[in-house]
Amino acid sequence: MIEDLYQDIILDHNRNPRNFGPLAQANRSARGYNPLCGDKVEVQLQVDGDRITAVGFQGSGCAISTASASMMTQKLTGATIDEAESMFARFHDLLTEGDAGEAQEDDEELGELEVFAGVRRFPMRVKCATLAWHALRAALSDQGEEGPVKTEA
Amino acid sequence: MNPKTTDRKTTPLRFDLDRIRGDFPILSREVHGRRLAYLDNAASTQKPRAVVEALENFYFSEYSNVHRGVHYLSQRATEAFENARARVGRFVNAERAEEIVFTRGATEAINLVARSFAAPHLGPDDEILITTMEHHSNIVPWQLACEAAGARLRVAPISDDGDLEIDRLESMIGDKTRLVSVVHVSNSLGTVNPIAEIARRAHSRGVPVLVDGAQAAPHLPIDVQSLGCDFYAFSGHKVYGPTGIGVLWGRHELLEQMPPWQGGGDMIESVSFEKTTYREPPFRFEAGTPNISGAVGLSAALDYIDELNIESVRAHEAELIDDTLLRLEQTEGVHLIGRPARRCGVISFNMEGIHPHDIGSIVDLEGVAIRTGHHCTQPLMDRLGVTATARASFGIYNGRDDVDALLNALDKVRSIFGKGG
Repeated sequence: MIEDLYQDIILDHNRNPRNFGPLAQANRSARGYNPLCGDKVEVQLQVDGDRITAVGFQGSGCAISTASASMMTQKLTGATIDEAESMFARFHDLLTEGDAGEAQEDDEELGELEVFAGVRRFPMRVKCATLAWHALRAALSDQGEEGPVKTEA
Repeated sequence: MNPKTTDRKTTPLRFDLDRIRGDFPILSREVHGRRLAYLDNAASTQKPRAVVEALENFYFSEYSNVHRGVHYLSQRATEAFENARARVGRFVNAERAEEIVFTRGATEAINLVARSFAAPHLGPDDEILITTMEHHSNIVPWQLACEAAGARLRVAPISDDGDLEIDRLESMIGDKTRLVSVVHVSNSLGTVNPIAEIARRAHSRGVPVLVDGAQAAPHLPIDVQSLGCDFYAFSGHKVYGPTGIGVLWGRHELLEQMPPWQGGGDMIESVSFEKTTYREPPFRFEAGTPNISGAVGLSAALDYIDELNIESVRAHEAELIDDTLLRLEQTEGVHLIGRPARRCGVISFNMEGIHPHDIGSIVDLEGVAIRTGHHCTQPLMDRLGVTATARASFGIYNGRDDVDALLNALDKVRSIFGKGG
């Protein structure tokens, strides 16, 4: 059961996070903060028109939040802003909807992100997996200047 | 009041772990199909049958509101509530029961002192002195009070091992210092602070001392007279009692000088629209219907602890902690956070390259309950250069099997994170 949460691909991204570090050409950014655990992430974007041409992240967090941020950067590089929003909705559904015990319909759009389906069984960890995504959305909606987005209202 | 003795006549018992565990029904339940190893006692302790039965008896046979009715049940309930106050007084060795103010918990007790004792006298440039290892509940009330008055909150440093630098603390006490507020036992590191020494040095400069005893009360004998402090705060739910009840002990002459901090029923002498006069302490500080059953439950919890022969419990806990420290030190990749000279109750650690939340989730599935995170001590985490720790904290019902379960679960953590590494 614990292996559902810590799949190899998640452990790999935790060990070697992709697109980790400052993004020199960034023109949007936002920070995410989980006050419950103190995890922090900063997501930086280069947006060209309606297209995200580069994504980077920095910060410290658990394996779930680090791997989620890392895989998000890969997934969204080259995506349009609309595609990113739609991907967030799909990802969020994956983490929160339905009975975790049932096989979910394959969502081809999600691709590798489906490894996070196991997080559903651990409600306390859903916010770890969505932290970077919330920061990304804040950066896209130009809320990045308003201070960090928080997982707790 | 009598010196600190137990209420009932008991013959000293040897430490009997099975018997104690039998008193805590929750310990026999399984978690994720495993025997529960509950090592999160610094967050809250489980409740013995005696406490729950006391609540049931009170609600089923004696319950009414206190301090007002002339009817039979009101008198019984008032008696039970005031007996609980006297019981708590004996637990901390107060000079008199009137020095015990019931609150919702240690947090509310500290807020009461901040609002009612500190704030009225706090002027611009005055100072409140705390330490780096304080829980947020002994930081934020002072920040609020200082902000309102334009006063300054100063913070005494700690060593890398997590010990208070008491000489530095003393050197920070000056003409402007209005209060020293310090934790007795650190909830994150287990550091036991030398309260009597701190009180002696603060008093030599005429400065009163508040002690946050939330983590000390379950582990150490509390004697406010020999500690020499001026206020002592602790929570019921960390000493095997109910939630929502806590205690502020304060020197009577100080309580007498303090104005009320909340207004309402039960705390007044007489009310008219022109002028209201307030009752004497402790009632002045207990506006509204108090947590009557909480006080009764707390009293039962203190009876339970005292009947156990607390010395044998403490010896057992200390031995278990020493044993766990040794085993954690020998575990590859585990780093202890803090090495205080005197420790009780708590061990914080990290694992190389593994975030504490991941440790927490994995050991949970092995039936081991520990706390992971900043433990409401973010400034302390910053000082130690970590964002979070894993924390195992011990209670009267923990045994070697709980430590075995923890160590085995940590092996599992390593094996999961070691894959392909």
